[in-house]
Amino acid sequence: MSGTLTIDGKTIPFAAGQSVIEAARCAGIYIPHLCHKPGYAPHGSCKLCTVFVNGRKTSACTYPAAADQNVVSDTPELQQDRLRLTQMLFVEGNHFCPSCEKSGNCQLQGVAYHLRMLDNHYPHFYPQREVDASHPDILLDHNRCIFCNLCVRASRDHDGKNVFAIAGRGINKRLIVNSASGQLKDSDISIDDQAAQVCPTGAILVKRTGYQVPIGERVYDRQPISELALGKEDNHER
Amino acid sequence: MSPKIKIATTSLAGCFGCHMSFLDIDERITALAEVVEFDRSPLTDIEHCGPCDIGLIEGGVCNSENVHVLREFRKNCKVLVAVGACAINGGLPALRNFVSVEECLLEAYRDGIGVDNPQIPSDPELPLLLDKVHPIHEIVKVDYFMPGCPPSADVFWTFLSALIEGREPSLPYELVHYD
Repeated sequence: MSGTLTIDGKTIPFAAGQSVIEAARCAGIYIPHLCHKPGYAPHGSCKLCTVFVNGRKTSACTYPAAADQNVVSDTPELQQDRLRLTQMLFVEGNHFCPSCEKSGNCQLQGVAYHLRMLDNHYPHFYPQREVDASHPDILLDHNRCIFCNLCVRASRDHDGKNVFAIAGRGINKRLIVNSASGQLKDSDISIDDQAAQVCPTGAILVKRTGYQVPIGERVYDRQPISELALGKEDNHER
Repeated sequence: MSPKIKIATTSLAGCFGCHMSFLDIDERITALAEVVEFDRSPLTDIEHCGPCDIGLIEGGVCNSENVHVLREFRKNCKVLVAVGACAINGGLPALRNFVSVEECLLEAYRDGIGVDNPQIPSDPELPLLLDKVHPIHEIVKVDYFMPGCPPSADVFWTFLSALIEGREPSLPYELVHYD
């Protein structure tokens, strides 16, 4: 099935099998997102892409596009929701951008810039999760993980390795490594894997590659995420 | 001539970097001095904050004296602004939140390399450390936030110009940074 739907009053085409967010991207309309990535199975955890479809709130990344849908995305109410969701992600982890190697290239930060987030609004959790620096080439800082599951999906669906999983419940949920020791050094991951590259935050970092791009030339220094996310998706990473 | 706008500034658990960035407005400070007057600030000799229009707070809250100063500013300033990453989310000093205060103090004053006469300083003149570093909005109500580590001089200029002229401050994309 294909046809047209409207987003914020604009009529756009969609192809069979596309989700609302994919149809929007093809038509050059940015809907903020963190856990969605073209070519990856949808996940629906970050909730930033929440839109109204025919008057009902839903995730644009999991909702199938259909003929004559009325999608509403760019409203002050939805942007405010997105701001609060992003602030929740910031206080849940330890996002100290001034000392993070991903700063300037981080999608969480890029989305926050797009939303003009000036503060974190909520009290901070200051979680104390162990950093896994066991792997010779890859660092895992659990305190920056936003549970988008992209590394889980990358490893399972694209690398064929199944290195990562999410374990635990509620606020105690955490990213785990599927090795006998639970450490990254005892897993099959390598730096060429999509799982090592896909993290939208500074949770999974390739060692000895930090601070190589001058300030002013980093990804989101040059162009806002709202424009980059509509381009070739490869440009959107790292 | 209308009376000058009063601004107070302070550094709590800060590095003075935000104040330096403020001074990076360079010669624009002469234009600023035409319309504002500084109350308590590291740049003046005034000991306590009097009634002010704007209070600029740099740094998070790490000890008891920070709490007193922050409350004094809140009581006296019509508009209180959290300046920089530390005031907004604790900043890099909040990395000590993963270590107990006792461990921190023992490492620095008893077990550290080259420590002479090892003991944790305990004179009542010294403010006690809080168990954790906090952003200032967890202690008092904050009206505005200027992100950055530090916020650039243009952020200070854009923000203060708006506040002084009675406009709602807003930052363009290029000026929003957390690093």
